[in-house]
Amino acid sequence: MEPIEAMEIVQAAERIETTDTGEALRQRLLRRERISGSEILLRMLLLEGVECVFGYPGGAVLYIYDAMHGNPDFRHLLTRHEQGAVHAADGYARSTGRTGVCLATSGPGATNLVTGIATAHMDSVPLVVITGNVATSLIGTDTFQEADIIGITQPIAKHGFFVTQVEDLARTIREAFAIAASGRPGPVIVDIPKDVSAASAEFIYPEQLDLPPSLLAPVPPDENSVKALAAAIRKAERPLLLAGGGIIQSGAADELAQLAQGAGIPVTTTLMGMGALPADDPLWLGMLGMHGTYAANQAILHCDLLIAAGARFDDRVTMRLDGFAQRAAIAHIEIDAAEIGKLVQVDYPVQGDARLALSALNRALDLDAAERPREADAISPAVRSWLSLLSAWKKDFPLRYRDSDEVLKPQYVIEMIARTTGGDAIVTTDVGQHQMWTAQYGRFNRPRTLITSGGLGTMGFGFPAAIGAQIGNPDRLVVSVNGDGGMQMCAQELAVCAIRRIPVKIVVINNRTLGMIKQWQELVYEGRYSHIDLGGSPDFVLLAEAYGVKGLRASNKQEAEAVWAEALATDGPVLIDFVVDKDELVYPMVPQGERLQDMLLGDPDLYGEKKEEKQ
Amino acid sequence: MSDRQYLNVLVRDRPGVLQRVSGLFSRRGYNIDSVTVGTSEREGHSRLVVAVRGSEREFGQIASQLRKLIDVVSVLPLGDQPAVARELMLVRLSVQPDSRAAVRGLVETFRCAVVDVGPETMMIQAVGDREKNDALLTLLQAYGILEVARTGETAMSR
Repeated sequence: MEPIEAMEIVQAAERIETTDTGEALRQRLLRRERISGSEILLRMLLLEGVECVFGYPGGAVLYIYDAMHGNPDFRHLLTRHEQGAVHAADGYARSTGRTGVCLATSGPGATNLVTGIATAHMDSVPLVVITGNVATSLIGTDTFQEADIIGITQPIAKHGFFVTQVEDLARTIREAFAIAASGRPGPVIVDIPKDVSAASAEFIYPEQLDLPPSLLAPVPPDENSVKALAAAIRKAERPLLLAGGGIIQSGAADELAQLAQGAGIPVTTTLMGMGALPADDPLWLGMLGMHGTYAANQAILHCDLLIAAGARFDDRVTMRLDGFAQRAAIAHIEIDAAEIGKLVQVDYPVQGDARLALSALNRALDLDAAERPREADAISPAVRSWLSLLSAWKKDFPLRYRDSDEVLKPQYVIEMIARTTGGDAIVTTDVGQHQMWTAQYGRFNRPRTLITSGGLGTMGFGFPAAIGAQIGNPDRLVVSVNGDGGMQMCAQELAVCAIRRIPVKIVVINNRTLGMIKQWQELVYEGRYSHIDLGGSPDFVLLAEAYGVKGLRASNKQEAEAVWAEALATDGPVLIDFVVDKDELVYPMVPQGERLQDMLLGDPDLYGEKKEEKQ
Repeated sequence: MSDRQYLNVLVRDRPGVLQRVSGLFSRRGYNIDSVTVGTSEREGHSRLVVAVRGSEREFGQIASQLRKLIDVVSVLPLGDQPAVARELMLVRLSVQPDSRAAVRGLVETFRCAVVDVGPETMMIQAVGDREKNDALLTLLQAYGILEVARTGETAMSR
């Protein structure tokens, strides 16, 4: 198999970066002439800087696919399922910060996107989702492959457009991109009837958008609210930063580090906020919440000022609200006004873009870049003793598991991946136990290195998302960590990896069960295991090979190290089936409906030894 | 006065805008008493008046969530005592000729109007705040109500 397609993708990315040819292309695309709606669509996508559209053809988008035929500028990746296309566009968007684009036909093509749209919406990912529809004259008559996708996706999308005439198409596409990426980002649907993609019109680049300018400008924070928070930070004795996905989205990682390091504030991150502060930073406490670290959850219980930034107090983070940060004044830096005070009473609201708000806060605290970083003695004795209390918790109650030389432990596999990739790889996960182990035992030193479905918790997301992340980052190592359940929800995309030589390293943490469900049935439903046995799943190595992807397997530590080294040295996609202990549980755990203080640490011996050592 | 509050919402006339607004209410479980909608003073824009029952916090949430909709131009809380809130109500009564005078008396007291009279029915039009129309309905029950149509309150600050 020739790696032609992968090369083409790299070349396409290079071409867009080269200003000369890029400008020539732009001038060619801007030419005013009479063209079809489909050609208008492709031109507008290219003018928006789209480097790859993930899609699947069908009857209602035939004109659009016809316009692609022989078009040397336009890149399209044919997935094997529309769900694969939308998740790939999502992985592209999360890993690059640019808007992802996918394309599907009407009816079933469009409805197959629904899970992916909801996934992107819950995690505020900018997507432009283009669907075909039946001709305008047939709308509403239950024509073959007709579905009201704008109506269906209305509660799970940031916005939706139904384009009724070709003259509106160019402006609508620009508006869709503007809406998707502005403010709190999200997916925008553009539904294009077949006659609109067929009709022709004079192409005029839409300079004017029919949108309020306030919608598109970044929201600066109110100065007084920033000052009030700065004063509270100066006074606080046990401050804590809670960083969410908004830090990643707004590109505020540097500002966050400046605040944390300058003022001596420890940081915990949500699942979506992993990488907001480098995992190697001593101020980082790990993830908080249901499967958070002891130190992070204890910090929530004992802090006197909690500064949540770009986070929305999800129930998996707070657990029972009457047990969340009860001793703390709460500050909330958040772009979406509707999130402030939605679940938690806020004492210091700061509404605005997280990057703008944090840099204003750093200025107010004299921590901005022009200043020298504060000396350690500028941090008050109270804050210093808070930091040493937290380090003691980190040291005494680290994440631990019982290792084994006979059976392979899933946590070992994640640690091995982190150790060998230096915290720089882009790691996507699916949903379940392996997702939590990845968050716990992975090392994420940069933003946009953990790609995971946090809000919706979508199984089948991780692998296609890795394909999209690889397209957007052709020079980076992309690792897709999956369970054996989720791997079977979008396994068909192995074909795309094989044919296009997309060099994703596909990891299967194979415990032959639906592990997280098993864990709940064990701990909450008194061991009544119901429909969690995935025995009889295909041999993943043979499955990979059937698609033309190299397959490897490991069942103990030694084999794991060897096959993983082989996978990393392989120039192309590889699937590695790590056959792990099927009874391993994710700890710590705060059972649903409990307070953070009621966390279960798991195997008492692991911490017992530690405590004895201390005495 | 009740714990009812009003939101004055200006929206762009776009396909699906009403569906988006009403979908938001049902999805987020807000308690909505009524929604009225009609054209506004601005071309291509409609005005909705939403009567909401709930806490101050819920009220703020509804306003914030509405502002996130792309086609919503502005959301103006009118407070819990708007200067003017009016609802149009039509009531069809089953009225024998000998009761007509009594009904007309009620109509006069409530300053509403008889807009249609049939051999055994009358149609009454009432404009007022919700409480007044509720009171009128209670009194009209004695005459056999056949049909009621209410618009819900629209409101405007003074």
